[in-house]
Amino acid sequence: MSGFDLSAILTNPEYISMLIHGIEITFVIAIGSWLLAMTLAILLLALRFSPGRFGNAFVAGYVSYHRNVPTLVQLMLWYFGIFTLLPDWLTYWLASHNAEAIFAVIGLGLCQAAYFSEDLRSGLRSVSPGQMEAARALGHGYLSAMRFVMMPQGVRNALPPLINHSVSLFKNSSLGIVIGASELTHAVKEIENLSFRTFEVYLIGTVLYLFFSLIIMGAGAFISMRADPARRARA
Amino acid sequence: MIHDMIAIFQDYWLLLLIGQYPNGPLGGLANTLILSALSIALAFPISILMALARISKWRLLRWPVTVLVYVTRGVPLLMLILWSYFLVPLLTGADVPSFVTMLTTLVIYQGAFLSEVVRAGIVSLGHGQMDAAKALGHSYLGAMRFIILPQALYNMIPSILSTFVSTIKDTTLGYVINVPDLTFAASQVNNQLLTQPFQVFLILAVIYYAICWSITFVANRLERRITRKRAGLGGDRAAAAVAVPAKIASEQL
Repeated sequence: MSGFDLSAILTNPEYISMLIHGIEITFVIAIGSWLLAMTLAILLLALRFSPGRFGNAFVAGYVSYHRNVPTLVQLMLWYFGIFTLLPDWLTYWLASHNAEAIFAVIGLGLCQAAYFSEDLRSGLRSVSPGQMEAARALGHGYLSAMRFVMMPQGVRNALPPLINHSVSLFKNSSLGIVIGASELTHAVKEIENLSFRTFEVYLIGTVLYLFFSLIIMGAGAFISMRADPARRARA
Repeated sequence: MIHDMIAIFQDYWLLLLIGQYPNGPLGGLANTLILSALSIALAFPISILMALARISKWRLLRWPVTVLVYVTRGVPLLMLILWSYFLVPLLTGADVPSFVTMLTTLVIYQGAFLSEVVRAGIVSLGHGQMDAAKALGHSYLGAMRFIILPQALYNMIPSILSTFVSTIKDTTLGYVINVPDLTFAASQVNNQLLTQPFQVFLILAVIYYAICWSITFVANRLERRITRKRAGLGGDRAAAAVAVPAKIASEQL
């Protein structure tokens, strides 16, 4: 085995197609769980703000579980545990439809929903209650006040942590390797097994992750900038 | 089902909590806790040096550390673990136990995250403290050592506890390189039983939950107390600035 040689990997079409497949699955997992997490987070938020104590306690428990149990253990519980409890027909269906990626999406999505809903809640809490009263005084209903007055401000306040958590969601998609999802880290390890060019493969994998993370951070910064009303008024 | 879980725990508690393994000092939960405590203890002084480098005037100090922090934050921990899995033996030339490999990775990773916390803690104190210390005749290092860092570190105790929680959660990733921790122990139990995977991994989740929740609870209590104290000193801004990094530190995994 000779010295450092990136081209040994980059010119091999087989390795390239493995890398591309890995990136594809990584994005399927990341985007799928992001959408699941956002939808759930909004539902959790609605439950939390609804009258009645049960909803509040449920959301608090949900958030507490997902924050205090390692994501990896949650994924293992889903894939090694809950998967085996499902009825046969569902097991067969999942097994023939890339069950690993599906459970990665479910596990990561449920986990991240807890973080997203907390972000949104702290964003909403930092909007002064006077805004709500003013909106109601102007004749808005509760929903319409939420939609047009509270939420736009609350989401804007919540943007920095939401972006942070989106990046960490993207990075956490690498945990899929533990339950056998064929994402980017998995592809990198496979290529390492085939080519024995450890250093080069890991360098490529690291640069790819860093590249996508920085793109997400950059997009987040752009969105925060666009959402800033002071800047928009100036433009 | 609860019966099954209790039965499993009774049969395997030794393995799960302190069981003996060939490639680690103790095994199970004991290993998880030792690994987390060691990596925080080692990462903390490093993070102070990194924070000082990041706020220093010299670009030669500031830039490399900034790049290191950005890279560590932008790359999954799993990727870093795989890196050290082959880099550490390559550098030391010896057959390094996976425990040590994991420790090295966690020290770098948590050092980078903690350095952001330390930096925010120092910056939140405001220039007045430094100016006053210099006016009293302290040098830069003396002011840091006797005036700035003691205050900043006191404010950061809750954040450090949250980092401890996230380190405990991060140690699970050692599973990929067979670090003999709690997760590894549970998967061994699962391999021996094979019939009740759900119960085994539920036990695993419950143990992690109990430990992390207790530390989070203590951290939250301390944070409220420190915030109240600082509010008494008129430091609302400082308290808010420290509360945010605490969230960032507890965000991962």
